[in-house]
Amino acid sequence: MRWLALILLLMPALATAEEAKPLAENPVAEARLKQLAVELRCLVCQNQTLADSNAPLAEDLRREVREMIAKNMSDQEIIDFLVQRYGDFVLYRPQWNASTTLLWVGPFLLLIGGAITLVTALRRRGQAVEDATVTDEEHRRVEQLLSQGERRS
Amino acid sequence: MKRFLLPFAIFVVVVGFLAVGLTLNPREVPSPLVGRPAPAFTLPQLHEQDKTFSPAEMIGQVWLLNVWASWCGGCKEEHPVLMRMAKAGEVPIYGMDYKDRRDEALTWLRRHGNPYPLIAVDEAGRIGIDYGVYGVPETYVIDKQGVIRYKQIGPLDDELVAKTILPLVQELRNK
Repeated sequence: MRWLALILLLMPALATAEEAKPLAENPVAEARLKQLAVELRCLVCQNQTLADSNAPLAEDLRREVREMIAKNMSDQEIIDFLVQRYGDFVLYRPQWNASTTLLWVGPFLLLIGGAITLVTALRRRGQAVEDATVTDEEHRRVEQLLSQGERRS
Repeated sequence: MKRFLLPFAIFVVVVGFLAVGLTLNPREVPSPLVGRPAPAFTLPQLHEQDKTFSPAEMIGQVWLLNVWASWCGGCKEEHPVLMRMAKAGEVPIYGMDYKDRRDEALTWLRRHGNPYPLIAVDEAGRIGIDYGVYGVPETYVIDKQGVIRYKQIGPLDDELVAKTILPLVQELRNK
């Protein structure tokens, strides 16, 4: 009985906290980290995602994200955690807000503007062709050139 | 001649935007932390390892938190500026040694001088993440209530200190 009590008392010693395990040991968490990391920007090498970058900060942030995954935090909670510290810039895909509206809408505005310009230009050109008058002198010259072409062939 | 006017106007506008774009620094990302309370932490001190430092101890004072490391090139560039500030004694500069080795940090300070009354050690870089640090050196101006009022990414220089940092410190003190 005494032995049993002793063993029971020693049990908690086995339940010590551990460091976050390397990802390879947990394929589900690894998949989630990969999926999140391509949506997040590495702030040191700004045109790389967190998944691509080997900068020490990117490693730290991956470690941080890994630990949050282990704590069962949702994707949104993890993203909020990073946005609170690094701002919207940490999101690789810019969010839709007041300062990014032009970024999102701009290409479509340019497309519409281009289409309008093209249509008006074509219409104007169509009219210009219709309105063109040919003088008798020009008409004769055209006939002459065409007959020359016929002879050559 | 008239039909070239519009394309030329568009060209000038585009060149204008690009010219402004060239003068901006892509590293200066606006920090969401400005205007928010400085994240709490308790970290061991560099010189006296058994003692800790926490920003809560600084409530009631306007102070600077300077994040640096012995491995960081920009910190060496910034260091003389901090030394001059420390000598003038206008505002206390507390250091945070970021992802560094203790012995290397101590050697670096012996060689270049120590402008900090106290240095906290963030060896794992976790507190750095709470402060949104991504390019050392970074400097935070923290007010009497413990709210971050300004963040400088990259080295401080004399002009920035004289024109921005010190006036801001003065203003926050008078509040």
